[in-house]
Amino acid sequence: MALTIDQPIEQKQQSLPARLFASQTFWVVIAVILACLFLSFATDAFATSKNLYNITRNITFVAIIALGMTFVIITGGIDLSVGSVLCLSSMVLAVTMHAGYSIEVGILASIATALAIGAFNGILIAYLGFPPFVVTLGMLSIARSLAMVASNNTVVFQFGPDHAKLLALGGGAWVFGIANPVLYMILLALITGFILRWTKFGRHIFAIGGNEHAATLTGVPVRQIKVAVYMISALSAGIAGIVQTGWLGAVTTNLGTGMELQVIAATVIGGANLAGGVGTAFGAIVGAALIEVIRNSLGLLGINAFWQGVFIGGAILLAVLFDRIRNFRRSE
Amino acid sequence: MAVLELTNISKHFGAIQAVNDVSLSIEPGQVVGLMGDNGAGKSTLVKMIAGNFRPSHGAMQMDGKELILHKPAEARQHGIEIVHQDLALCNNLTAAANVFLGRELRRGMGPFRILDYASMYKRAGQLFAELKSETRPRDLVKQMSGGQRQAVAIARTMLSQAKIVLMDEPTAAISVRQVAEVLNLIRHLRDQGISVVLISHRMPDVFTVADRVIVMRRGRKVADKTIASSSPEEVTGLITGAIEQV
Repeated sequence: MALTIDQPIEQKQQSLPARLFASQTFWVVIAVILACLFLSFATDAFATSKNLYNITRNITFVAIIALGMTFVIITGGIDLSVGSVLCLSSMVLAVTMHAGYSIEVGILASIATALAIGAFNGILIAYLGFPPFVVTLGMLSIARSLAMVASNNTVVFQFGPDHAKLLALGGGAWVFGIANPVLYMILLALITGFILRWTKFGRHIFAIGGNEHAATLTGVPVRQIKVAVYMISALSAGIAGIVQTGWLGAVTTNLGTGMELQVIAATVIGGANLAGGVGTAFGAIVGAALIEVIRNSLGLLGINAFWQGVFIGGAILLAVLFDRIRNFRRSE
Repeated sequence: MAVLELTNISKHFGAIQAVNDVSLSIEPGQVVGLMGDNGAGKSTLVKMIAGNFRPSHGAMQMDGKELILHKPAEARQHGIEIVHQDLALCNNLTAAANVFLGRELRRGMGPFRILDYASMYKRAGQLFAELKSETRPRDLVKQMSGGQRQAVAIARTMLSQAKIVLMDEPTAAISVRQVAEVLNLIRHLRDQGISVVLISHRMPDVFTVADRVIVMRRGRKVADKTIASSSPEEVTGLITGAIEQV
């Protein structure tokens, strides 16, 4: 039977609401909205502009790295080194600027460091066949150690002649009073979404996550792409490090400790599959948002901060539970 | 003229003689069944045609010209396409995305070239229509039947001007109804003048769709005859060694 034009159109119309309900990201968005509504009524402090400003800004550091992590996770890999890379990039920036160099030189050195680490991870994984978990676990240790070496384990809070510029970069609000980090996050999310949906590179990332063997057989440059995704992940950690340095105004060597787990949690809550082949930019942002809203609400509701881990862990399990239920239904 | 001609091809791995002095020629639009027991040398022979291995001895010619392949991509450039046994499909992508995998169509200029979804859906739809398959370009491969998956893998071979399609056990792991569907796909390829080399263990498939059958045993070609002049009993005898050679 010949294919008529109506068929694909009809099919698309049918599947739009169905696809929405089947999407984990959609339910997480609903959860975030409900949580926000509930908190606006339950507490006076939530819906204030200051609190919202804080929440949106706090989301960004995890979210920016989650965007980079999304690339890695779609290929079926994992990057545990992002927290340490964030710290090292911040430290390289801080030390360079403290030594009297301009902000441009500092940022360049910081980005170059991040990219070099990403390339190192990627080459070990793609060309030498190391498991991503092991390589990036090693790098988690190495990068933080290097940050200590670079700073002699001191706190850096004076950034030389461009001190004010750096603080404005991370702490300012240049457009409509929206915190700068939020603007960077939105910009990076748009770029990530574009790459994943509209470029050959993005398509190949999904192919590698779906069936790496098939991707190799059909001529996809699997190794080069794998190196690229680990470089992107490290780059996102580097960018987050630079922005966070500007926001905090000081860098310590325990910056970003344990952040890799928050980042991975955000991507998974947002619908990315650790087995590879699934993930979106929007999901990464929404996942980061849910984590931050949970954290913020616990504080506002006066619940002991020690409970935070339970709630965030519960959110991870719940998000994946939805996915499992859908799969059970489909297979029946 | 033969589209592909192999002359005295041999391949050994150390002391093991996987393929021994095989000559054969494949005509345009012909379906050739390649049969033999496990370890008979079918796969090695096909891998040499596909550019995975280089022959130890002998020569290959395509359209009368010397054919030397260093890697699979070169075989593709010469119009030799392969349908792998596992089909090499990505379940998380659509049918169209799989057809164009590694050869995506793009539009735009220079570094700002974006994926051309519309053209890829359209072209994939045309290919499925040519194959008389009901596969829809926008469907995810994970939701497809075995026959539809075969159609996706076969449509991929029709993207460029393929001259020969090598199919490795296409009917090994699918239901009886889907086998008929796949055999139809093979006929549609043949009708477009494409030669098909069908590697199969299944006697009925070869006798239904092939024009010729080549039997290999222990690295040697022991039979090469038209389907009309052979019989399943004879081919079984040749595969097992009950019949030496014809």
